[in-house]
Amino acid sequence: MESAPLIQFENVSFYYTDEFGEKLPVLQNLNLTIAEGEFVTIIGHNGSGKSTLAKLMNALLLPAEGEVRVGPWKTGATQEVWKIRQMVGLVFQNPDNQIVGSTVEDDVAFGLENIGVPPAEMRERIDAALKAVGMAAYAQRQPHKLSGGQKQRTAIAGIIAMRPRVLILDEATAMLDPQGRKEIMELVRRLNREAGITVINISHFPEEAVDADRVVVMRQGKIFMQGTPRNVFADVTRLQETGLDVPLAVRIQHYLSANGVPIPPLLHQKELVEELCRLFLNR
Amino acid sequence: MNLLQNFPIGQYVPGHSFIHRLDPRCKLLYVLIFAVLVFMANDGLSYAILALFTLLIMKGSSISYRYILRGLKPVWFLLALTFLLHVLMTKGGTVYLAWGWLTVEAEGVRQAVFISVRLALLALFSSLLTLTTSPLELADGLERLLHPLSRVGVPVHEIALMLTIALRFIPTLLDETDKIIKAQASRGIDFETGGLWKRLRNLVAIVVPLFVSAFRRAEELALAMEARGYRGGEGRTKLRQLRFTWRDLLAFGIALILFAVIGWVRR
Repeated sequence: MESAPLIQFENVSFYYTDEFGEKLPVLQNLNLTIAEGEFVTIIGHNGSGKSTLAKLMNALLLPAEGEVRVGPWKTGATQEVWKIRQMVGLVFQNPDNQIVGSTVEDDVAFGLENIGVPPAEMRERIDAALKAVGMAAYAQRQPHKLSGGQKQRTAIAGIIAMRPRVLILDEATAMLDPQGRKEIMELVRRLNREAGITVINISHFPEEAVDADRVVVMRQGKIFMQGTPRNVFADVTRLQETGLDVPLAVRIQHYLSANGVPIPPLLHQKELVEELCRLFLNR
Repeated sequence: MNLLQNFPIGQYVPGHSFIHRLDPRCKLLYVLIFAVLVFMANDGLSYAILALFTLLIMKGSSISYRYILRGLKPVWFLLALTFLLHVLMTKGGTVYLAWGWLTVEAEGVRQAVFISVRLALLALFSSLLTLTTSPLELADGLERLLHPLSRVGVPVHEIALMLTIALRFIPTLLDETDKIIKAQASRGIDFETGGLWKRLRNLVAIVVPLFVSAFRRAEELALAMEARGYRGGEGRTKLRQLRFTWRDLLAFGIALILFAVIGWVRR
């Protein structure tokens, strides 16, 4: 991806202060650049600072040291917080706690109401957004009658209706069943490909990283590794030393080749199955 | 615990009747107008007219009479009490019954009947409002009606938003309560037997986790709202636009006629 940086972290540090007034470092001297149109997956343990990263990206948090630049703005030194939040949409983990509206369409309207979109245009945008996430048939439903995946799709519709350039999923699939997780991943991949929305997926499911353009591995407030999924997951030993999981296919391939079974590095379960079949047939 | 799953929010009965389709602002104002009318009425005929009018509205809402009256259950006790107090306390006119210092006199009976009819009509009429208007519409209507008050510092937008968020979270919190009850019951807490005090004490095991989770939800919701650009009522537009139609005009026309009639008929 050779385009202008959309989000740029320069030497960013961030601390939380605990109840005794002690500073707990969350991010330390972090540098990160996200280009327009990219699909980046950020993985890491709980407490590795990956959620803080997300909140820094749309000015919900401001860096203690260093600079976060979003589009033309610096988050710490601008009055345009609202424009930043319109440009960078954030989907949270718990679907129940981010739906404000009493019906699906009311919820999608919430963000539009906030940025003062005229009612007539709102109608069009809501319909388009619901259609894009496949929820058009549920516009009048009450959120508590939806499945987890449907709720998260509603939340995503609420964000894409605001026409953002970046969509951040902050562990948005963590509370979903495998079916819901698959739905959401397919949806954001399509939004990335077809609508050109930059996607940053923060997750602790390594499986969600295999289709990304880039994987960023966070550890103790720092970037531990980054690169294409193929490069990052090639170093299984290093990842596992830090206690991070790798996709199942990668793990199996790693064990097999360590034990003398000749299988080339791969990422997807499908590739693994094909390789194993080939081995079996060529025995 | 299926009761919690089917907990009715308010008592709204969805429908498309004339009354349902009135603007919520119109209906809210109508309850006020009706209250004034009820207090203007002071004789049998004017009460009869208002009762007839209420009956017409009930008919117009196409909700069964039985369902409407069932909603008045909590009011029955109040009605009976008011009736009794007035019968016994108001003096004047012929004495019908005397039992020691307790007497039932003509004026007392008259007052008792009128006051309880008054109360019953008011209760009936306002329950018709909540029966035919969804809570969401009500909140919208209130926000718009009270909007002028925001100029003198009343946080009208915030109050309306609180209302809608509360409505949105009632089912979520009910589900949660259900889960907590089951979780605690499976850990051996007995909610069904024992004295009042013991049962009350056991309720703590439900209320505390529920509050903790409600606060956590509130915090996350606030963050999510901010992330979606929420910054108070200023400069905000609304998806739901309320519009007065010919129906509302007709309704207000009828109100005017009623005023004239009651004003003319009353003694």
